[in-house]
Amino acid sequence: MTQTKITRTNDLTFWQKLYIPEIIKGMKITIKQMFLPKFTRQYPEERWNPPASFRGRPVLVEENGKERCVACGLCSRVCPALAIEVQASETELSKERYPVRFEINMLRCIFCGLCEEACPEEAIVMSKEYELIFNNQEEAIFGKDKLLISKENLKERLEYLRQYR
Amino acid sequence: MEILISLIKIIVVLLVLLTCVAYLVLVERRVSAFIQNRIGPNRVGYKGLLQPVADVLKLFIKEDIVPKLANKPLHRLAPIISIVVALSTIAVVPFGNTINLFGYEIKLQIASVNIGILYVLALTGLGVYGLAIAGWASNNKYSLLGGLRSSAQVISYELSMGVSIIGVILVAGTLELDKIVEYQYGWKWLILLQPIGFITFFVSVFAETNRLPFDLPEAEPELVGGYHTEYTGLKFGLFFLAEYANMITASAIVVTLYLGGWQFPYLQSFGLSEFWTSLIQVGTFATKVAAVLLFMIIIRWTLPRFRYDQLMDLGWKFMLPLSIANVIVTAFIIYLFE
Repeated sequence: MTQTKITRTNDLTFWQKLYIPEIIKGMKITIKQMFLPKFTRQYPEERWNPPASFRGRPVLVEENGKERCVACGLCSRVCPALAIEVQASETELSKERYPVRFEINMLRCIFCGLCEEACPEEAIVMSKEYELIFNNQEEAIFGKDKLLISKENLKERLEYLRQYR
Repeated sequence: MEILISLIKIIVVLLVLLTCVAYLVLVERRVSAFIQNRIGPNRVGYKGLLQPVADVLKLFIKEDIVPKLANKPLHRLAPIISIVVALSTIAVVPFGNTINLFGYEIKLQIASVNIGILYVLALTGLGVYGLAIAGWASNNKYSLLGGLRSSAQVISYELSMGVSIIGVILVAGTLELDKIVEYQYGWKWLILLQPIGFITFFVSVFAETNRLPFDLPEAEPELVGGYHTEYTGLKFGLFFLAEYANMITASAIVVTLYLGGWQFPYLQSFGLSEFWTSLIQVGTFATKVAAVLLFMIIIRWTLPRFRYDQLMDLGWKFMLPLSIANVIVTAFIIYLFE
């Protein structure tokens, strides 16, 4: 076996070679770390409040008890994961069209936010919710009952969109 | 009556040791967490105090898997050797002076063997068989490497450990552990008389107990789990228990040999009753052992693992000459002054 000569930029001094003073230095750092503040978030008790730019589960904006959505189907077309299904119908309101059925399959959703970008009415936005629980595949398809969230609860996100989009 | 007292002592010491092992695991996890700016296990019981119970329960209900091509008798034997050796070493450690209970003068040491230190050395030497056999019997290359490494490590460190103990024996003039503690009366702790011997012995202890700067037999990043890769359930639990029991015994031996054992300087001048004096001495011993254990845990998160050749270099080229020089100098000084 050939021995390669290791070259250092500066050789160790006698005290460094003794190793014990260096161990004590290292232990000082370790002990100091013990008393620094902890980074752990104790999850179920302490929850994270995401910033407005966070893309949680997509929801429909509810205004005056009705959804803003006009069922144009753009979100469904742009969705790369084919998670959104919209079925349109006519209504007496000034917007003339509304979705009879609006379903997002949360197992397919990839939280990309393209539906929100494509929406001309600002009717579908990404919420802050990141805790998604379901026990079977049927439950994972969120209908209008789960998707509709009133405008007041989505204020932060809507403001963010107006400012930065 | 003698036998009964011995039996009670054995049971009490074993129970205390096993509880200490369980809580040492918890302490290690909590201290490691604090050092890494985390909180650590704090959910089971008040502040996580019941975590050891949960851990043991989990190990109990795990499936016991034995590899198809393993050497089954040896695979079963290995954890037994480890645990028996780990638990029997504590027998000669004096954890206090005599205590007067119900009219009986009880010596706080299970067995006062007149070759105490040799017994300890012999048993710790045996302990490596558990690891080596585990590595061999598992029929797994990583386990085998772990077992080989542990035997190589023990050969290189047992030597400097034994030689540094000779210094202690020379100074104290006895092989009995309780006599060595009695010698360290007041401030005559052997760490002050044998500083070099203490360093070499303590470093060897790290190697003997497979603690971090020298934990090559189970180096996780390279060897998966080392010798216990193929062990599950309670068999793994036994190895784990043996490792931590070894840690406690090793630090008890360090305290006995170098840090004055149960000696509390100037305790006699307080004028306490004999019973309280003995209790305080036991408490002193426990505190010293705990301090050494904490030191070992902190060292674990301070030093990186040694490479195999560096380990051998340190053992043979540095530790062994140093401890031999220590013995020669000690012998010379004793010869000059007596």
